[in-house]
Amino acid sequence: MKVTVEESVQIDVEPIARVEGHGNIKIRVEDGRLAECTWEVVETPRFFEKMFQGLSIETAPLLAARVCGICSISHALSSARAIERGLGIEVPEMASKVRLLAKHAETLQSHALHLFFLVAPDLLGVGSAIPLMETHPELISIATQIKGYANKASDLFAGRTSHPMVFTIGGTTQRPRQSQLLQLMVDLEETLPSLWKALEILRCFSLPSFERETEYVSLKGNGNYPFIGGDLISSDGVIKPEDEYRAMTNEYMVDHSTSKFAKLSRESFAVGALARFNNNYSGLHPTAREVAEELGLNPRIDNPYYHNLAQLIECFHVIYESRDLIREIIESTDYEVAAPYEIKACEGVSALEAPRGILYHYYQINKQGLIERADCVIPTGQNHANIQHDLEELVEQMTAEGKDEAEISLLAQMLVRAYDPCISCSVH
Amino acid sequence: MKYLGIELPKPKVAVFGFTGCEGCQLQLANNEQNLKDLFGLIEVVDFRLISSDKLDNFEIAFVEGSITTEHEIQAIKAIRSQAKVLIAMGACACLGGVNNLRARFQIPDIVAEVYGEHKIETGPVRRVADIVPVDLELPGCPISKLEFEWLVRQLILGIEPHFPRYSVCVECKQRINTCVMDMGTLCLGPITMAGCDAVCPRNRAGCWGCRGPVEEANYESLVDVLREHGFTDAQIAERASFFNAFAGVEVLPSLG
Repeated sequence: MKVTVEESVQIDVEPIARVEGHGNIKIRVEDGRLAECTWEVVETPRFFEKMFQGLSIETAPLLAARVCGICSISHALSSARAIERGLGIEVPEMASKVRLLAKHAETLQSHALHLFFLVAPDLLGVGSAIPLMETHPELISIATQIKGYANKASDLFAGRTSHPMVFTIGGTTQRPRQSQLLQLMVDLEETLPSLWKALEILRCFSLPSFERETEYVSLKGNGNYPFIGGDLISSDGVIKPEDEYRAMTNEYMVDHSTSKFAKLSRESFAVGALARFNNNYSGLHPTAREVAEELGLNPRIDNPYYHNLAQLIECFHVIYESRDLIREIIESTDYEVAAPYEIKACEGVSALEAPRGILYHYYQINKQGLIERADCVIPTGQNHANIQHDLEELVEQMTAEGKDEAEISLLAQMLVRAYDPCISCSVH
Repeated sequence: MKYLGIELPKPKVAVFGFTGCEGCQLQLANNEQNLKDLFGLIEVVDFRLISSDKLDNFEIAFVEGSITTEHEIQAIKAIRSQAKVLIAMGACACLGGVNNLRARFQIPDIVAEVYGEHKIETGPVRRVADIVPVDLELPGCPISKLEFEWLVRQLILGIEPHFPRYSVCVECKQRINTCVMDMGTLCLGPITMAGCDAVCPRNRAGCWGCRGPVEEANYESLVDVLREHGFTDAQIAERASFFNAFAGVEVLPSLG
């Protein structure tokens, strides 16, 4: 075993690739001690909170979608739902089912993109998924099958794969036709074997062993694995209603970042698939829980690289729960997809689980139905401080273990990538 | 890519993102069944979203997003000087897109609203073509993957790409849809360039004009029809301004 400590390390990854948006990793080790370790968020801001001002509530979900090209379904839904909660609108049951199916489609789309196109190249020692098309055709064909199904489901339940237009204040524009649902069910059944094959392939890779205990924040399950609305919970024991999201996020600015950072009970916390897994494990779909057991995974897990495996388990959860939901819709004769509403001055908050973690939207609405103020707190924004603290501890440990510059650089990049950061979204 | 033994040129392609959501870049990784064929036609030398391999010898540059900072101005100029062909991709790059909604406010107010006292660099929202010459514009929010693939094929074969010269209504009518305006939904289909297969009207949401104006759009008639259907000027203005697609068209009501 190598025991010599690297005396000096200089790592500048500007910007890190295979993540959404622009972020830099800067590491300096001098005389064997960590001199600098910074996770810099350099994305240019778009100022969404200001852009919302003066727009009508009906337009808000369409603008909200544009916060993020990957999790646009979550943003559009958050926006509609915050406004609905402000106005006191009860969304019809059928619309809620269509919305949850759209959410699940997005989660599968996003997790599949991350696992197969952004993470797998690291595990196979290449720079991107492009060479894998020649060297690992089976992996790529599994990935395209899974992502292909998720895209079809997004098209059906959200209107398209990015920037949905079907979520209106009060519900959705339509219920999918019976023939479309039956076809999607066929596609879903054809996709299940690919997901099981993906499990067989991905379980053979070993993820770096590194642990740092932290706080995990997510929606609070009640025997379920929630994605849309409800109380907020942290693994340090904080429970709050969703309206008190500000007390759960405590956003602050740092000099080296255009994104806000967040904290709760300690210096940082984590949101996302691993937080949901740790906080709501018992609510997972039985099949997803079976997969977790097969992989030997139980809450609680403090290895941030295991975000990847938590995402894989969630792929099973969302596809099996989607199968149940699609069956329910096919058998239902309920065609009510939108509730009528009256405009009044109000404030509304929504919390939901985007693929990368808990997402909050807040709006203050005037009596003409125009937005006066808006606030969006983004999952990756909540993860930035945790990424920073993980990086510091990782570099210190790896330096002490005598790892060289190239190894540390790769492990640092894999760590950031494990969080599946959505940096442009976090800056918005 | 080789068909009947004939080797096609394989251009070196780079993809860059500026101020935007990366949704257009993401579309390139969609349409999975064609992914292998597409990446067989081109050599990707720089595409940060999906690859850590990076070379700067690209010939074709696809650029997403608006230009809003000095750093971005310098970066797009450097890309222009390297690229033989520069293609602006998506509404933010081609039109300013939703980013332009902030042009209703002063820059210090925008920064203060989001960041308080904290200093953040930003400038006015510019289209790519406001800073450097652009060879082609691939419209949409987001772009259509099928149109992207078509454009790549045209470039490789050396055929000048022609975008539709008819409106979204044509594609919508081909699907025998009931007009969404008759169902109470505002729609900019009559004045917007086709090519999206009328995805928003066919989902009963009406068109928002993300692909920009169709040639010889009849704005006067649209405004008359919308008013007849009972839509207010404020509603028309909000929709027509959403992507900044119809800037300077005086007959359309504008946002206050």
